[in-house]
Amino acid sequence: MTLLRITNLTLEINDSPILHNIDLQVEAGSILGIIGESGSGKSLTAFSILRLLPQGSVSSGVVELDGENLLEKSEAQMCEVRGDEIGMIFQEPMTALNPVHTIGDQVAETVQIHRHVSRRQARKIAAETLERVELPNREFPLGRYPHELSGGQRQRVVIAMAIALQPRLLIADEPTTALDVTTQAQILTLLKKLALEDNMGLILISHDLAVVADTADHIMIMRQGVVLDSGSSTDVFQNMKHPYTRQLFEASVHVPRRVESNIDSVPLLKVQGVSRDYAVARESFFAKPGKFRAVDDVSFELYRGENLGLVGESGCGKSTLTRAILGLEECQQGSISIDGEPVLAGTKIPRSLRRKMQVVFQDPYGSFNPRHKVGRLVAEPFHLLDTPPQGADKATAIADALRSVGLVPTDAEKYIHEFSGGQRQRIAIARALIIRPKLIILDEAVSALDVSIRAQILDLLAGLSDKFQLSYLFISHDLSVVRSVADRVLVMKSGKIIEQGDTAQVFNSPCHPYTQGLVAATPVLS
Amino acid sequence: MPMQIRVCDPLMQTDRSHLPLWRRVMRRRSLIIGAAMALVFIVAAIVSLIWTPYDVAQLDIANKLEKPNAIHWFGTDHFGRDIFSMIMVGARTSIAVAVIAVSIGLLFGVPLGLAAAARRNSWTDELLMRVNDLVFAFPALLIAIIITAVFGPSAVNAIIAIGIFNIPVFARLTRGAALSLWTRDFILAARVSGKSLWLISVEHILPNIMNLLIVQGTIQFSVGILAEAGLSYVGLGAQPPTPSWGRMLAESQTMISLAPNLALFPGLAIVLTVLGLNLFGDGLRDYLDPRQKRESR
Repeated sequence: MTLLRITNLTLEINDSPILHNIDLQVEAGSILGIIGESGSGKSLTAFSILRLLPQGSVSSGVVELDGENLLEKSEAQMCEVRGDEIGMIFQEPMTALNPVHTIGDQVAETVQIHRHVSRRQARKIAAETLERVELPNREFPLGRYPHELSGGQRQRVVIAMAIALQPRLLIADEPTTALDVTTQAQILTLLKKLALEDNMGLILISHDLAVVADTADHIMIMRQGVVLDSGSSTDVFQNMKHPYTRQLFEASVHVPRRVESNIDSVPLLKVQGVSRDYAVARESFFAKPGKFRAVDDVSFELYRGENLGLVGESGCGKSTLTRAILGLEECQQGSISIDGEPVLAGTKIPRSLRRKMQVVFQDPYGSFNPRHKVGRLVAEPFHLLDTPPQGADKATAIADALRSVGLVPTDAEKYIHEFSGGQRQRIAIARALIIRPKLIILDEAVSALDVSIRAQILDLLAGLSDKFQLSYLFISHDLSVVRSVADRVLVMKSGKIIEQGDTAQVFNSPCHPYTQGLVAATPVLS
Repeated sequence: MPMQIRVCDPLMQTDRSHLPLWRRVMRRRSLIIGAAMALVFIVAAIVSLIWTPYDVAQLDIANKLEKPNAIHWFGTDHFGRDIFSMIMVGARTSIAVAVIAVSIGLLFGVPLGLAAAARRNSWTDELLMRVNDLVFAFPALLIAIIITAVFGPSAVNAIIAIGIFNIPVFARLTRGAALSLWTRDFILAARVSGKSLWLISVEHILPNIMNLLIVQGTIQFSVGILAEAGLSYVGLGAQPPTPSWGRMLAESQTMISLAPNLALFPGLAIVLTVLGLNLFGDGLRDYLDPRQKRESR
């Protein structure tokens, strides 16, 4: 018998239609992958099953779990279903746990809510469950607090909370999006194993085709609240019946076209033996303050017209290195120079030097002052010019910059909140371009974007690089993106550059075991 | 991407912008009531500049200690002065002292807070904030007594005393709010554009903390009125013959059983103004701060 069957599910929130006639089925022991870009309604489908919807929601249709319609249950009955029969895992392991309770208490609590067991018994179940999610009690006793664990370990605790009562259905909403690739691979393997062991149905929600393709048995593709394509994974990916499936697939493996790159042999950016230490709190009153070396003896060169990729997992020192290059942080050792001019943080960096580099950040929402209009935001780097354009010249420059990133000049009069994430990232690029720098540092610039938008932005960047002879330092944790845009790639781990070389060479025959692990852990669409 | 959950972000615009302004304002009852209450006294203060029912300096011993009646709405005091007129002129004193005191707080406190946040974790920051703590540690009244003991009691000295007390309030608020903004990417972008710390503070930080400052300003305004009344009560504020609510209360003390209206009206004036301003400040905070949006509707 089918474990979960949704027929004709429709959802409206405040009278605006969100989901249209969703049909889906999940069998016990099988994995259904739901894929969609932001706003596709994939998360709200999951929340409809649990009936955890925002105020003003009206849903109709049938959501049957083992033949019982969940939409007809009272709130009290739903409370029994949630956590007991259906478990849920959220995206952000950092906020899904209560920081003031131990991991043991948090897992035991879900047990005690649904089963009438003593505290001792609940803790025993918690200990067993934590063992099952591969957090051995010897290393991770129940008394540990969430802040003592890494992101991946916390996600394991969240999973333990969800499966402690052996639910029949587990919903995982972007469970690995906030994690590094190697951790992501481990969590996916764990989820697969648990689904099999408990004969549990698993709904895996993701924006990432590669993640789902490797894991799921069945796949459902959604856009704007409509199911466009569904079937077994092999069927969906081999036949690509629906044009949107093909579009998503192509965007995911998109490689921007570039004119034959003409890379100079003169280095534009030269980083030599750079180290950056942070002071850490002293252990006792008389102890010397400790040191943490975030960037350790890093040297590399970036040539004019080159796209250099910098890959590494979170905490490897990528961002610190970026800030050092931008002259925002002081280095303890080594030197950085651009076009032969040294960057010396702490001293005042001449504007002539600052003019040569700009940066695009990851978060399209935090990169702009919400109180300024786009025209003013884009024109900010004009501050670096000795004679910044005024009046009509300035307006023309702003219009040109906006046009070069595919926006219209009238956008200058709008505020930033009127734009989508992808458009904001275009505005960020326009801001970086407006003074025609030689080097643009792209710090995870496409990581927060949907795949189709990401493909557009990558194309835009490639086009601009050819047009204006730009060099990019492309920093990302996402190997597949770096692989598609970079000429050469650096791999960073614990503050050190452990491998560098041509992109194809590094990815096809990595020398360092860490790089080999990274490449192996990256889900690939074939 | 997961469901778009609205993040509590002080920088985010509220989504009620599609409603007409008056409807948005009407949603905030405390804002309206508070504003109306405060406005009554502000109007009274302004009107008193050109007209009062009676001259407050004119003594009329024959009609002393009258109960409220058609001629003297709030009655007369022990010198026969019209209490209604004195309340009007007293409003002027209170509001003038509070406005100037809040301005002193804003004028000195905000730049200090901005400077401390711009040079966070440096010696400048440490020094500024510790001096702030020192001033903060003294009760406002104590500062006022010290100042008036040295320079003599007057309205100007009361203003200075209350103003000094306001400086650390604004400095701390500004620093705290600015600190969280300094970590944002748009500030980094501005630094990459070569803007100085001071320019960034004025161009990017200040507009984003304006909401907070306006709300705190309203609340400090009511604190200022209360402080002025307190200082006048102990004789350290505005000197006779300038009418002041605090001194009216002090003078009525001995006659409270004989003529309770002498104490009642200035007392009510203080309570209503402070209450009105506090309601207004609270309402304003709810109105300007999307984080409070849900709870207080």
